[in-house]
Amino acid sequence: MSSTPSSKTLESPISDNPPAAPIDENPWPAVGTLCRRELVRFLRQRNRVFGALGQPIIFWLLFSEGFRGSQFDYVHFFPGTLVMILLFTAIFATISLIEDRREGFLQSVLIAPVPRWAMTLGILSGGAALAMFQALLFLVLGYLTLDGLAVDPLAIGQVVLLMAVASLALTALGFVIAWRMESTHGFHAIMSLVLLPMWLLSGSFFPPGEGWMVWIVSANPLTYSVAGLRQLLVDGQVDGPSLSTCWAATVAFALVMFALACLSSRRGTKGDLLS
Amino acid sequence: MNVASAIAVEDVSFSYGPRRALDSVSFSIPRGEIFAFVGPNGGGKTTLFRLLTTLVPLQSGSVRIESFDLARDVRPIRPLLGVVFQAPSLDKKLTVVENLQHHGHLYGVTGPRLAERIDELLARFNLGERRDERTEKLSGGLRRRVELAKSLLHQPRILLLDEPSTALDPMARSELWQHLEQIRQDDGVTIALTTHLLEEAERADRVGIMHEGRLVALDTPDALRDTIGGDAITIRAAEPAGLAAAISERFACDAHVVDGDVRLEREDGHRWVAQLVEAFPGAIDSITFARPSLEDVFVARTGHLFRDEVEEAVADSKEAVR
Repeated sequence: MSSTPSSKTLESPISDNPPAAPIDENPWPAVGTLCRRELVRFLRQRNRVFGALGQPIIFWLLFSEGFRGSQFDYVHFFPGTLVMILLFTAIFATISLIEDRREGFLQSVLIAPVPRWAMTLGILSGGAALAMFQALLFLVLGYLTLDGLAVDPLAIGQVVLLMAVASLALTALGFVIAWRMESTHGFHAIMSLVLLPMWLLSGSFFPPGEGWMVWIVSANPLTYSVAGLRQLLVDGQVDGPSLSTCWAATVAFALVMFALACLSSRRGTKGDLLS
Repeated sequence: MNVASAIAVEDVSFSYGPRRALDSVSFSIPRGEIFAFVGPNGGGKTTLFRLLTTLVPLQSGSVRIESFDLARDVRPIRPLLGVVFQAPSLDKKLTVVENLQHHGHLYGVTGPRLAERIDELLARFNLGERRDERTEKLSGGLRRRVELAKSLLHQPRILLLDEPSTALDPMARSELWQHLEQIRQDDGVTIALTTHLLEEAERADRVGIMHEGRLVALDTPDALRDTIGGDAITIRAAEPAGLAAAISERFACDAHVVDGDVRLEREDGHRWVAQLVEAFPGAIDSITFARPSLEDVFVARTGHLFRDEVEEAVADSKEAVR
């Protein structure tokens, strides 16, 4: 309803039994605004934009030049590099959660009439979109310069979708870690103790090997994202878990991480109590 | 329970682990009132604020906000509250308008109604020309105005503000109060705020003095001052304890030492000043009298100087940060 300001009526709040202000049960505007905010903030921080554009370009330059002189096939490592970009950017996107908490912004979201799952989804989709943006840039650069990447549009469509699911999963993982942290210092320890090994043991970098490593690699959800992307992207790549297993594992990873993120977000943290 | 109360708190206690922050606090705030919680940091007012804003869950006691029970109905309470936090909750990278839009979306205010509300509030808080500026570029006073506009966007019934005048210069502070009074008058909003500035609390309809987790006094500023018998006389002396005892004995009154000064409360302070100076020549370095202030009420109720408590609390919090 758009009316002239003069005809706007304020209910008299002094009445004896005021009805509650209407609660809009539709949580989607909240999801949208939180997602949009992540993107707008990103675009307004010039160093972040340069970093995001620069990283795929530098990686692409270094990897393509570096592999030129070695006996390895860069195309084989390309999917793993994509997943690394997703991992790092998704995780760094959630570091902004710690900043939001420290700056006091998050407080106002926590007391808003928004279900926590909607808040979580909004923040995650913003972070995942940023990760996708960088990974897509890297993918385009790959297509411009590499031979042997799939050209079937159906396969490419699946690649993008699988990347989207994986980026949501990884952003949620970052969210779960960042939720209870009061400063960004601790994040670096997690980064090198958990996240980097997780990537190294995903089949991105070296083959599964033997013994206990096989177990770890096959228990690592990232393995399936990498294997799936490799099967879809690299012509003639058929070894490893089946494509449907890769899809199932990646989707399950995303669902579980999202559920954990929602659960975390229902818990208060000491960080909110810093005055 | 009183139907017309906006906030009714009964026997509420709260602990952070072993540390008790609120100890059996009860009060109620009628609709349309401006209520100030005053007290040093660590007195419990911020904890109370967190409880009322639904940021932390209730541990014991009961809180009613309008007709809702805080322990059971957090969801319907949230839209009723407009909150201004002590730490600015604006997104500095977003413009004034974007911050307001964001807030609207969180509270389910969208579309033409949101645009209308934003225009209205920008005009009201004289922010129209700054609408497209990022909030990081605004001064502290302007930011506070944006916060206030934001907190009112969804037409709350109760406005809660935590130390709203922190980091504001006296001009901006006085302007803030004009806005608060205007908001109460125009929208009939109930306002509850916390402050560690006693002179600020004087502008509220009623004041609750908090100390060490307890509500030690609650009334209008005038009524609180009237509980102090007459004027407050403060004497600086080389030997305050001896002097206090001598005054008490000679004039049959209650002179006591508070943080190194002798204090007593008497009617007709100016006459007493003359009498005391004559009665104890040489023993008095300086003597002042003043109409009782809320500070005197605080001293009378807690036996501590308010200023020292604030400084101590600040020192404590700095220690805690390290």
